[in-house]
Formats: sequence, C-alpha cells, structure tokens
Amino acid sequence: MAIDKFTTITATAVPVPYENIDTDQIIPARFLKATTRDGFGENLFRDWRYDKDNNPKKDFELNNTKYSGPILVGGKNFGSGSSREHAAWAIHDYGFKVVVSSFFADIFKNNSLNNGLLPVQISEEFLEKIFSAIDKDPKAQFKVDLENQEISIMSTGEKEKFDINPYKKECLINGYDDIDYLLSMKDKIEAFEKTRVKPYTY
Amino acid sequence: MAGKTLFDKVWDSHVVSEIEGGPSVLYIDRHLIHEVTSPQAFAGLDKRGINVLRPENTIATPDHNVPTLDQHLPIKDYLSSFQVNKLTENTEKHGITLFGLNTPNQGIVHVVGPEQGLTQPGMTIVCGDSHTSTHGAFGSVAFGIGTSEVEMVLATQCILQPKPKSMRINVEGELKPGVTSKDIILYIISQITASGGTGYFIEYAGSAIRSLSMEGRMTICNMSIESGARGGLIAPDDTTFKYMKGRKYAPEGADFDKAVAYWKSLRTDDDAEFDKEIHFRAEDIEPMITYGTNPGMGTGITQYIPREDEIEPSNLKSFRKSMQYMGFNAGDKLIGKSIDYVFVGSCTNGRIEDLREFAHYVKGLKKANNVTAWIVPGSKQVEKQAIEEGIVEILEEAGFELRQPGCSACLAMNDDKIPEGKVAVSTSNRNFEGRQGPGARTMLASPFTAAAVAITGEIADPRQVFGILEPEKAM
Repeated sequence: MAIDKFTTITATAVPVPYENIDTDQIIPARFLKATTRDGFGENLFRDWRYDKDNNPKKDFELNNTKYSGPILVGGKNFGSGSSREHAAWAIHDYGFKVVVSSFFADIFKNNSLNNGLLPVQISEEFLEKIFSAIDKDPKAQFKVDLENQEISIMSTGEKEKFDINPYKKECLINGYDDIDYLLSMKDKIEAFEKTRVKPYTY
Repeated sequence: MAGKTLFDKVWDSHVVSEIEGGPSVLYIDRHLIHEVTSPQAFAGLDKRGINVLRPENTIATPDHNVPTLDQHLPIKDYLSSFQVNKLTENTEKHGITLFGLNTPNQGIVHVVGPEQGLTQPGMTIVCGDSHTSTHGAFGSVAFGIGTSEVEMVLATQCILQPKPKSMRINVEGELKPGVTSKDIILYIISQITASGGTGYFIEYAGSAIRSLSMEGRMTICNMSIESGARGGLIAPDDTTFKYMKGRKYAPEGADFDKAVAYWKSLRTDDDAEFDKEIHFRAEDIEPMITYGTNPGMGTGITQYIPREDEIEPSNLKSFRKSMQYMGFNAGDKLIGKSIDYVFVGSCTNGRIEDLREFAHYVKGLKKANNVTAWIVPGSKQVEKQAIEEGIVEILEEAGFELRQPGCSACLAMNDDKIPEGKVAVSTSNRNFEGRQGPGARTMLASPFTAAAVAITGEIADPRQVFGILEPEKAM
C-alpha cells in the first residue's frame, strides 16, 4: 500500500513554539478509541485548542487565523512520550505535510515517516530564525526540499540542510511502504528462522 | 576489536539483513498487543489480504480501556467496549492467544509479560506502547513501536529499525534507607532531562542496580522512555534466573539449564565501548517527586521547586507554562503541599511488591480524609496475590480499596480520571498536562512516598512519616 509521495513544498507555516510537546498534547488518550486511522485531526492538540466547554482558546496558535499552511513548526523535543501513531495521524489528518523542530523523539519520528509526514530536524538557531520569520510575517514562505534535504526561509534566502535516512528518503519520494518492502523479504525472513541458532526452546 | 555490549549481542543476533544506508531488518521474538494500538494494524492486514505470519509469537491482552470496577459487567463506554471487542475478534480470527477481560492472566501488558515468563533474557520484544522498555529489565531488547510497525511485525515477524546509539548509566553504591527504584529513575531523568536519552538505548549498571529485585529493575527500565531513550536494559543475573524459574512460559527442566547457560553470556564485555557513559552515586539520591509537566522536572522531596534564575533562559517559557498549569510558584517548598488524589498502579508501579510496600506502611493507619486514593493492581495475578496475602484487608482497614486490574488513572482513557485542577501523587510514569485527565495535575513518586501522602494528605517525606530515619539525620 503506497503512502503519499513527498514532493518539494513551498508554503506558509504554523508555529507551536513550545518545548517538549508530548504526544498526550498532540492527541490526548481519550481520543484514541477509534479503530480506523481517519479523523484524528479533529482532536489534534485538543486541550490546547479548546476549553472544557469546547470553545476555541483564542491564544493558541492553531486557532489564530493569521497562521496557516502545511508546515508545523514546534519547539525542541517534539513528540516525546507515548508511542501512539495517532499523533502522527492527527497531524497529517489536520493537513500538515511537514513538522519542523530542533529535536524529535525517536518513536514519533519513525511514526511520521511511516505516514508520509516529513520530520525536519534543524539547529536551534535555525529554528529560532523560522519562528522569528513567522513572527514578523505570518505569511512568510518556507521551502522544504526533500531531494536536496534543505529547508529555506524564502524572505531572507537563509537555508539549512537536514538529515534523513537515505532509505526513508527513497520511501517518501517514491511513496514506498515499509511493509511491502518487508513482505518482499519473506524468503529471507523464513531462512533466518530456520538457520538462526536458538540457544534453547521458547 | 572492542568487545560487544549486552545490547549489541541481543540486537546483532536478531538482524535478518541490513539495508544500505538504512535501518536493519530485525527479527522479533515476542510481540505483545493491546486494544488501542492494534486495530488499525489488523485492518491493514485485511486490506492487503494477508495473515499474521507467526501468530504463536504474539500475545494479546486488553488494558488501556478497561474499567477498574465492576469488570464483570459490560464496559459502559461504547467506544472502549468496541475496541476491547475488536481485540477479541482480531485475535480469534488470526489465532493469537488472548488473555481476555475476566480471565486469570489479564492485566497491563507490561505486567503480564514478565509474570507469565513470556519476557525472557536475550529476546527481542516489541509492543505498540512506549513502556515496552519495561521488559529490558530481563536483558532483552524491548521497545515501543507505532501501529504501522505493529502491522509490520504481524505481517512479517520483523521490523525495520535503525540501530540506536549506546549509553551506559552506572549507579554505584548503596541506596539510603527509604530510597526505592522509582527514586533512582526519577533522579536519573531529572539529571539527564526528558530528552537526554533520545537516540540511545540505555544499559543500567552498577551495584545499586544489581541490588534491586526484578520488579525494581522493571520500574527503572519502564521509565527509560521518559528520558527519551528507545529502551533500557539490565544484564540478567541470578536474581533474573530465580525470577524466571517456574513461570508459565519459561523454559523447563534441561531446557531451563540450557537457557541459563546462554543467559549468563548476556553481559557487556569488559572492553566494550559505549557512545556515552554516565555515573551516579546511589548516596546522592533521596525520595523523589516531580513538580512540573515532564518527568525530567523532578527533585528530592525535601527540596524546593527551582527559582526562575536557576532555569536556563531557553527553558523559561516552558517552565512558566508548567508552573501555571500545576498552580505552583517557582521556589515553592514541596513538603506540605496539599494533595487531592493518590494513584498507586500502572506498568511502572502496579506489581505485587509495590502493593506490598504500600500496604506495609499504611497498615494500622488511616487514609487522610482529603485524599481520594485509587489502588490498582497491574494484573489479575497481582490482584489474586494481594487477596491471598491479606493486602486487601490491610488496605480496607486503613480506608483504601483495591480496584481491578488495568492501566487506570495513568492515562485518562478509561473511567479513572483525575478531575480538573486536582493534584494527584501518582506512581505512574508521566506528568504531562492532561495525562491523568483534562486539567489534572500530576506529581510522580514512589509507592513509599504515595503511602506517606495518602496518610498525611499532603506532600510528606515518607522517611519521617514512617519513622525510618533518626531525627538528626532527617533533612
């Protein structure tokens, strides 16, 4: 099953300038009861977006109409905590294609990549520059170029390279799916099962 | 050539193949599943028209959604009930063993695995839950995965995974009286921060770690993820082998001896090198408690919340946000703060030793009137032991009630939610905003500290409350 192919994006961004945004903030546990992958965007950042009477909290960036676009920019250590893939689904379902931060939690990063959501890890300095570019102009444009592994601030022309595992890059660009890849290795996996030395029976 | 770490030995022996410039194809020995992160994975298999490759290697139990009272009745919440039923349906369809609700082996997946002997040294173990790191206490490579990865394992018994970097954390020396394994791990996270372990797999070593029981070691490894680490592990030793013997799924007879001979080889070679190595002294650790909204925001219970001038400028915004959420002020003293709820349970501290410890200290005393306490066993087995050992009576006499097994108030997914604005001292693992319920305020601590809080109704030093320190030594 293919995932969406990732191409270069030039667009505006939405800031969530807080550190240590954990997956309980991204999608609280009480919204994990669905048995399909769809619709989680509705509850993205639920308790930051809405008060207990379900009124939008005006001071939260996602509720501020001046911000829009498919790029989400978060503070350091984004996606920590629970392994819930629902966090990546919620962000993707809401309409984001890229998450930018200076540091990502490991499981969140894997989950994002498995869903065609590109985590772009950059230096703290460059992250600050992005936040201040949005601060100056909420319609500031950013270019995320996966092929060249580069993110640019269009207004200033400043750029920074980002790392991505070459295999994962290939998957995103071509829309490949890990499970298809693993299924294609079935003979090798079965051979491993037969030849591995199991020190005892379990 | 440098020797191998324990982690290397287990990981390397499970690599089916390496992708150039990419992740390893890692073979998984045990796959644990629960109701929340598996339904989409099964749906994925259906969509692809494929079956589970090795159903015998996967074990299922419902835990996150289950109520902890009246489990004999149908689950009231429709969506929770639907998810739990879906797990039954999926496991039946694919021939996977299910420890279902109201059966003797049900419980929190990370409590059930070890107590059934499913968790064994040298194995690779995954589960769609970040606290899978718990199983590392046996010297297995165990880590949490997302649902796409659950589908990978169901479909191929393998996972694509980049090899993490290696870190060893040594805790040497003797723990002071009243300091428990929960305090060790909260101390470690407070020192290395909630992201200090990201990218690493941690081996815990040193005399203080070796002195712990298996349950204590599980508490340490459980919270590895709270430092951001992919997982944590501890070399198996006689404590481990003794724990394994006689467990339902553990090897038996000659096979057990063969297993032990192999398990003994699972230790880091003396000349192995780690990407990072950290040393702590056991004597520096006191009973710990968290005051903020990530598990790295913890300190000794006799201490104060940091002042703003002690916070790094880049962290100030997050620090202020967390103080506002908690209703605390920078520089506040922790002792004496009034507490509304006490939760003892979860995959971190819901095992029999935790209940024994809590019961031991509250025995003959009375719960404070201002405190609502939820004492939740981690599994049906733990519940059974608690009944057999008379723990239930001790608790009831002191004004506590033992509920039924499940994840309970750890994550506000079932009925057990801490109300908005209320402060809970919790033996669970996460103090994130809203983790225990929208607006709930969580302070993480050990069962020993939770006992002191439940009795006094406020943050209290358990060593003083229960008189295990001579007054002049008390800080």
